[in-house]
Amino acid sequence: MTLLSTRGLSKHFDGLKAVTDVDFDLEEGEVRALIGPNGAGKTTLVGMICGRIPPSSGTVQFDNADITALPAHKRILRGMAYTFQITSVFARLPAAENVALAARRRLQGEAVDEAVDDALNRVGLLDRRDEEAGNLSYGHQRLLEIAMGLVQRPRLLILDEPTQGLADSEIDAFKALIRELSAEATILLIEHNMSVVMETADRVTVLNFGEVLAEGTPQQIHENDAVQAAYLGTG
Amino acid sequence: MSATAKSLTLHLGLLAVLFALQFVLPAYHHGNLARIMVLASYAVGYNILFGYTGLLSLGHALFFAAGMYGMGLTIQHAGFTPAPALIVGILAGAVVAAALALLALRTTGVAFLIVTLMFAQAGYLTILYFGEYTRGDEGFVIQAFDRMLWGIDLSNPENRYFAAWGLFAVCLLLCLRLVRAPFGKTLVAIRENEERVRMLGYNTFAHKLGAMVISGTISAAAGAFYGLLFGYAGASFASVQYSIFPLLWVLLGGAGTVLGPFVGTLFMFYLIDLSSGVTTAYLLIVGVALVLLTLFAPQGLTGELRRRVWRWLP
Amino acid sequence: MELGPYILLASLEGAVTAAVLALTAVGLSLVFGVMRVVNIAHGEFFMLGAVIAWFVAQTVGGHPALGFVAALVIAPLVVGAIAAAADMTILKRIDYDPERTIVATIGLLYIIQQLTLMTYGPEARPVEAPFNQRLALPWFEWGEEGFEFYFPWGLSTTTYKLAVIGAAGVVLVGVWLMMARTRIGLLMRATQADRDMALAFGIPVERVYALVFGIGAALAALAAVLIVPIQQAHYLMGADPLLLSFIVVIIGGLGSLPGTVVAAIFIGLSDGIISVFFSPTLAKILATLLVGLVLVFRPQGLFGTRAA
Repeated sequence: MTLLSTRGLSKHFDGLKAVTDVDFDLEEGEVRALIGPNGAGKTTLVGMICGRIPPSSGTVQFDNADITALPAHKRILRGMAYTFQITSVFARLPAAENVALAARRRLQGEAVDEAVDDALNRVGLLDRRDEEAGNLSYGHQRLLEIAMGLVQRPRLLILDEPTQGLADSEIDAFKALIRELSAEATILLIEHNMSVVMETADRVTVLNFGEVLAEGTPQQIHENDAVQAAYLGTG
Repeated sequence: MSATAKSLTLHLGLLAVLFALQFVLPAYHHGNLARIMVLASYAVGYNILFGYTGLLSLGHALFFAAGMYGMGLTIQHAGFTPAPALIVGILAGAVVAAALALLALRTTGVAFLIVTLMFAQAGYLTILYFGEYTRGDEGFVIQAFDRMLWGIDLSNPENRYFAAWGLFAVCLLLCLRLVRAPFGKTLVAIRENEERVRMLGYNTFAHKLGAMVISGTISAAAGAFYGLLFGYAGASFASVQYSIFPLLWVLLGGAGTVLGPFVGTLFMFYLIDLSSGVTTAYLLIVGVALVLLTLFAPQGLTGELRRRVWRWLP
Repeated sequence: MELGPYILLASLEGAVTAAVLALTAVGLSLVFGVMRVVNIAHGEFFMLGAVIAWFVAQTVGGHPALGFVAALVIAPLVVGAIAAAADMTILKRIDYDPERTIVATIGLLYIIQQLTLMTYGPEARPVEAPFNQRLALPWFEWGEEGFEFYFPWGLSTTTYKLAVIGAAGVVLVGVWLMMARTRIGLLMRATQADRDMALAFGIPVERVYALVFGIGAALAALAAVLIVPIQQAHYLMGADPLLLSFIVVIIGGLGSLPGTVVAAIFIGLSDGIISVFFSPTLAKILATLLVGLVLVFRPQGLFGTRAA
């Protein structure tokens, strides 16, 4: 079943074409990586999907409903979760409260605490639940972002460059986490780190100059000449 | 003792002490404290928007005055008794707050502040403009015989103290309840990072609207009680100064703390009280306090206390 | 007086208001434009200018023109220095955080106002104009015998009022030349465009800020010196110029100098003419509501084209 699809989705900023005419389909249960050179329009595309950025034209369908006109918070309530590219935790609140804020959208009372502890445990931050988020290391803040995403039990989890700035050991743990999460949610992953893409994604979409350049399995993309050219600049 | 138990003990303890003080205080301080408790209720209302939601308003005098005049004018010109007049005042505050919120919340930051300032100023000028009914700057006295609430004479100092204490107790406990509830926690999160809250699926506009209406309603309740208890309504309570006062009290006491508004109001009241004995330019103290607080103690007294000693303070 | 001559008179009075308002508001606008902060104490710098003008005129004595010219130089310099000092001791330390700056300048407002009350006192005091000839103005009409003109009683202005309008014009051109043609103007514009970039290019941003804050206050003081022969000096006189400057700066588009001048002329003239038909309180109510609504629905100002 198709969980998410966009048709003719475009965004122009003052004549600058950030995203042009993107048709994008995401099957329920898959892990999709969205890759492309810097400035290819990945964050803009995802921003239009989750409602942070209004599109110039085109439509977004989620779970068989047209959500193009819905504000961001209503899309989130329909089962999307979005983690920010730039770490955007509530620095002056405890880690647990960060996750609890995300959990309280669907739970109440004791159930919130349980869900929070469970989510923190899954990303390995349970022992730091009472620390102020701003005092956590950068890698831990990224994990906290993911905990905030997964505690929402989203149908679609959008991760914007989750491994940026992480150490190699942390990246390995992250790959394992993604594989585990893929059993319960569809995942859309903006990612630069090719080893993460190759090892976790079912399919890969390549964006270049705001347009879809290629789409396929990691292996197909790896062997695609056009993609090579876009990345290496030899086209 | 858990943090919840500690904070409940502390706040109920304060209310108990304030209740007991009426039997021991000399008349002058007895009267002052009644006034401080009503003004502190105003500050509690202000703090919900400024301290917890992070929205700096310079227009709260509009809500305070809406309560005061909603109450006062209906007694004066419509022959209302105090109970319905108080309700009219509080409702007037809620309606005005909701209307201003719908406009002002379309802006952020400095623009929000100026918009609230401008509409409050328009409100103040409107009170002057309808001087025939409001008696403008001069104001009007609400006679003692109009201040009988359920057979209790509110012009009597003991009753007045008790009513002020009751109002403050309700506002303080309401605030305490609010900040522990999910709604209050979401407000704090909005203060810290609104965009993130939105992307967690919250309608942040609705939350800010709710915060502003609650804040304005409490401010209006304080204004209505102030007019009724002290028997006077005047345009100066709608002036910019009365928007700046709660900001000052909350900053001094500690923004985003439940106790802060009371602590700040208490300190500032006596500071001005003492200095006005020395000079007519007592507002100098207000200016110096604002500058020093911004420079050296943005957390305020209670905020510093929380930072250094009692981390559990709500 | 008939309506026609009355409106002409109102426009002339309005033009004086507009001239003084333009100077004051350009000061506020400059500070907002370059430093991105709102200075609530701006009206008090205006008031200080008037009060200092009185002190200077008292001290100098002799022909009124001597004292006035001295005040014209000294008051803006002193007020500018006070403002620059406030910038360096207060605003710099809170890192020009927009909201904390507002709270701090509210504090500054009270400090300046109350210190003036303690030293200068609560009286309103006049400063004598350097020259003040009354000029009767003619009015034209189609009468029974065709086109005729006469001098309606009360339709007059003074040479001093005309001089105020002229002086304000000269100063505004001077400000424009400073911004457009001088090195310091270039530094200000660079800082306005991108503070971090300016820092990276070695522009002494802190000194530029202190200078801009000082110039902004000095312009308000200068405006006050010009108006004080017409309107007396009083420690509470800062409130109206502050409110009007706000209105002008917001309607003109935050931080846009040409927009500010256009809006000042618009507000100054309409203030004079509106007060013919409405009570001043009602005019103020309408003006404050207008500012609020402009900020909500058209934050770039009525004359601006894009967001500041």
